Amino acid sequence: MPPSAILVRDLKKTYDAKPPVEAVRGLDLEVQRGECFGLLGPNGAGKTTTVEILEGILTATSGTVEIFGKTWVSDEKALRESIGVSLQETKFADKLTVLETIRLFGSFYARGRPAAEVLAEVGLEEKAAALVSNLSGGQHQRLAVAVALVGDPELLFLDEPTTGLDPQSRRQLWDIIRSLRERGRTIVLTTHYMDEAERLCDRVAVVDHGKVIALGSPQELIRSLGGDHVVEFALRGVDKARDLAPFRALPSVRGARPEGEAIQLTVTEPHVTIPALLDHVRASGAELSQLSTRQASLEDVFVSLTGRHLRDA
Amino acid sequence: MRDRNPFWQLLLARMREFYRQPEVVFWVFGFPILLAVGLGIAFREKAQEVIAVGIVRGAGSAAAAAALSAKDSFTTKLIEAASAEDALRLGKVSIVVESGATLTLRFDPTRPESVLARAKVDDALQRAAGRADPLKVEEQLVTRPGARYIDFLIPGLLGMNIMSGGLWGIGFVIVEMRSRKLLKRLVATPMKRTHFMAASMASRMVLVIGELALLLFFGWLVFGMIVQGSWLLVTLLSLLGAFTFAGIGLLVASRAKKIETVSGLMNLVMLPMFVTSGVFFSSERFPEVVQPIVRALPLTALNDALRAVILEGADLTSQLTRIAILGAWGVVSFVLALKLFRWT
Repeated sequence: MPPSAILVRDLKKTYDAKPPVEAVRGLDLEVQRGECFGLLGPNGAGKTTTVEILEGILTATSGTVEIFGKTWVSDEKALRESIGVSLQETKFADKLTVLETIRLFGSFYARGRPAAEVLAEVGLEEKAAALVSNLSGGQHQRLAVAVALVGDPELLFLDEPTTGLDPQSRRQLWDIIRSLRERGRTIVLTTHYMDEAERLCDRVAVVDHGKVIALGSPQELIRSLGGDHVVEFALRGVDKARDLAPFRALPSVRGARPEGEAIQLTVTEPHVTIPALLDHVRASGAELSQLSTRQASLEDVFVSLTGRHLRDA
Repeated sequence: MRDRNPFWQLLLARMREFYRQPEVVFWVFGFPILLAVGLGIAFREKAQEVIAVGIVRGAGSAAAAAALSAKDSFTTKLIEAASAEDALRLGKVSIVVESGATLTLRFDPTRPESVLARAKVDDALQRAAGRADPLKVEEQLVTRPGARYIDFLIPGLLGMNIMSGGLWGIGFVIVEMRSRKLLKRLVATPMKRTHFMAASMASRMVLVIGELALLLFFGWLVFGMIVQGSWLLVTLLSLLGAFTFAGIGLLVASRAKKIETVSGLMNLVMLPMFVTSGVFFSSERFPEVVQPIVRALPLTALNDALRAVILEGADLTSQLTRIAILGAWGVVSFVLALKLFRWT
């Protein structure tokens, strides 16, 4: 059996500072060939540090990293040829054109691809002659992906590829990433957008405080909540420090937690829970001020694991 | 095939980034020319220096004015006794003459033109009063290219340009790339680091040849300046200077993460040399005690060697010490820079 695309064991990275910053604290990962693997977590969770160690840009404090069964120490040259990288927030030279930038990076690889072919892959043909300084945020990000692809990599790292982009640009990038996956490239994607991870990734590792706290396909992780649905409601005229036990006891409810003024229930069958919830509220003399249901998401997984939201963790 | 050559692509990228920024092109090529024009005009040779003389109104002032006005080399101005001090202090006149029983000459001994005025005014007034010179004097006037301020200045500007070009063109550019995370992105590719360094260096060499040609051509065209020594030697000295200051630029940029940091460091390196290394005036003006330090600076070595070859026609063997000083700075900086350099 060929080795995994990525194998990480007990990875640790501590930055020298006062006090020392433990960015990664014992992280294990295994990424298979051909899968799109997501590292999902809030800002500061250690995603970028982990990815930059995998990319051979940073060195780990301890632990082992193997890419296609090779290590950065012994096989740097071969590994550099076989990975493509899009770093978080790289700004390419303003005064070079898109085509010139891709050609420059292509020249570093033994089997660099023709610039025009890569441009077409990210849909930037029209901007070939444009200066980098004249690109929009989304176009610049697509250029970063093109530069990552120019060496024809077996393994692609995309660090926060859509952060700060407008919805349309995000969707364009999602389409590009999907088509790359369909062509069998192995992709490691970091993001703090749960919807992005849900849409694009075969498997996701949820990272918090430098450790993997959950691992699986997005569907598996959501299923681990016990229910696929979330019922959220708020009561008028009820003290905030309320008891959640009666709600947990309602039929088909798998979990309950406060969410600001409201209460969130994880449920398997909303059509069973909601009538029972209404009866309970009426019997207790309270009044509903809000009621909604939705599909459970990776966000709910993160909240149930950490008690915090991704966006404000 | 050039599309696939990383050194060529890196060099091309540097050159494109250079010429697509008109403001950078101006600082490298336009600014030294403007300086040469400005200073060339300000310090041009006047046929004869005209001395402004203030004559205090009073007995004998008319006679003194008449005696001085008879000569071309003076302009006279009658002033009140009260304002004489101010006129002298503000430089409106170089000397104040007060005639009376004794002739009073007020001048500032620290100002060269004032000292000259004292001698000339004294001479003119004494002769007008009937002094006879015991010795006969024959004057021979000598002004020829090679001895003028502009001749002194242009090699200095060339040296200055090679220094600031190296520091800005390497130091600033690299720190900017680091702050944009572009250096980090480059090391994530199989790019050879030596290719990157060599391309940065080569871009400076190309520009230095341009700077050299432009300044010397301009000096010849506008001021009739001629290169006495070997062109080849001038070119080699300039290239060595480009190498040395690129090395110093690289050293300054080896760790700095912010543009502000590297700008400060570059000024720290350049300012002392602007002042002491004989760009605008001879470094010989500094006291003897500090001369060993001044002569050990790379820009002093470069300027002195350039002047020796351009103005005096010196040959290679006479400049070996200066070349050794300059080269040593380059090699040491380069080795240190490569040891300290951080890509991320």
